[in-house]
Amino acid sequence: MKVAVTSMGQNMESKVDPRFGRANWFILFNTETAEYEVVSNEQNLNAGQGAGIQSAEIISRNGVEALITGNCGPKAFKALGAAGIQVYCGAEGTVAEALESFKSGKLEKASGANVEAHWA
Amino acid sequence: MSPKLTIAVASGKGGTGKTTVSASLSCAAADAGYKVAYLDCDVEEPNGHLFLKPEIDCRHLVGIPVPVVDQKKCVACGACGQICQYSAIVCINKNILTFDKMCHGCGGCALVCPAGAITEKSRSIGSIEGGSAGRISFYHGNLFVGEAFSPPLIRAVRSTGCNGLNIVDAPPGTSCPVISAIKGADYVLLVTEPTPFGINDLDIAAGMVKELGIPHAVVVNRHDPDNTLARDFCRDRGIKILAEIPDDRRIAEAYSRGALPYSAVPGYRELFKELLISAVKEAKW
Repeated sequence: MKVAVTSMGQNMESKVDPRFGRANWFILFNTETAEYEVVSNEQNLNAGQGAGIQSAEIISRNGVEALITGNCGPKAFKALGAAGIQVYCGAEGTVAEALESFKSGKLEKASGANVEAHWA
Repeated sequence: MSPKLTIAVASGKGGTGKTTVSASLSCAAADAGYKVAYLDCDVEEPNGHLFLKPEIDCRHLVGIPVPVVDQKKCVACGACGQICQYSAIVCINKNILTFDKMCHGCGGCALVCPAGAITEKSRSIGSIEGGSAGRISFYHGNLFVGEAFSPPLIRAVRSTGCNGLNIVDAPPGTSCPVISAIKGADYVLLVTEPTPFGINDLDIAAGMVKELGIPHAVVVNRHDPDNTLARDFCRDRGIKILAEIPDDRRIAEAYSRGALPYSAVPGYRELFKELLISAVKEAKW
């Protein structure tokens, strides 16, 4: 299974970016092979609006099945739902630590957005 | 001479006196015998009605077209999501999602859909009310609370008015709502106060009207003879000052009662009459 973690940097020791839509990077971790790839989210960092929706589109296109992040707003949650991606909020620390929490079941699956919309 | 002239009253900074100037000008124009309409385009917080006290006799809703997707016809090609600059429609995992509140109503998605799966419905974003305040035709827009895009409503307010002199009360700032309010106007009066903040924003607003190619001049509000900030700025930029409204406590007191200096403070009738004459002359009407 491919899991996306929002990240401030480009490796496993980078801090988790608490923002989903405007995360700096997505670390796409493959739980079967323990390999990861890095996807830039630069285009959404400066988006006027809809960053969460577009970010959902990007990770969906990359075949992600679960998302680990800090916070997720309502529009992003709706888009992630359409993509069939499970959302785990409240991740902290490094990307590696967040993945560890995920694997050990410490992160709870979100049933809805955990923050308000920024826009509209 | 064209029967129609539109003068927009704008400012960079908020609270400089746009409504005081535009409503007073409208009164001066009516008294001078002009056919005049006052258009309150500050649709996020219209307040001209507090001073002109119009009798409202018509109201209608203003909407923008938003997409409706027929999932049976949709081929999930994603073209709609690619054309949309605002993420208002997106194709994810062969599902089409729409976010109405983010839609600017451009119609691009319906145009590019190869399957004809997208039609449009109107989504109301606000209302326009019209009426009369004495001999002034009055129109204002009211954006619904929670709506983010005012330009379509502002354009709808701009499409009203009369076949005479139209005075537009623009929203503050220099972004899309202001552009929508002043675009196509024959002349712009930029109201400023002679403070560093006021001049800073006047500078940006003057750049905006220059870019739009609209002839303009400045009205200084809360003018103090010892403060030359506005005069210096306008002299340096070659922008005319058409009126200086004194920093007069009586104006503020009248304002707090919902009265205009034009009618409530002795001596100001003349000032606004002269401003009207100079603005009409400068606009070459």
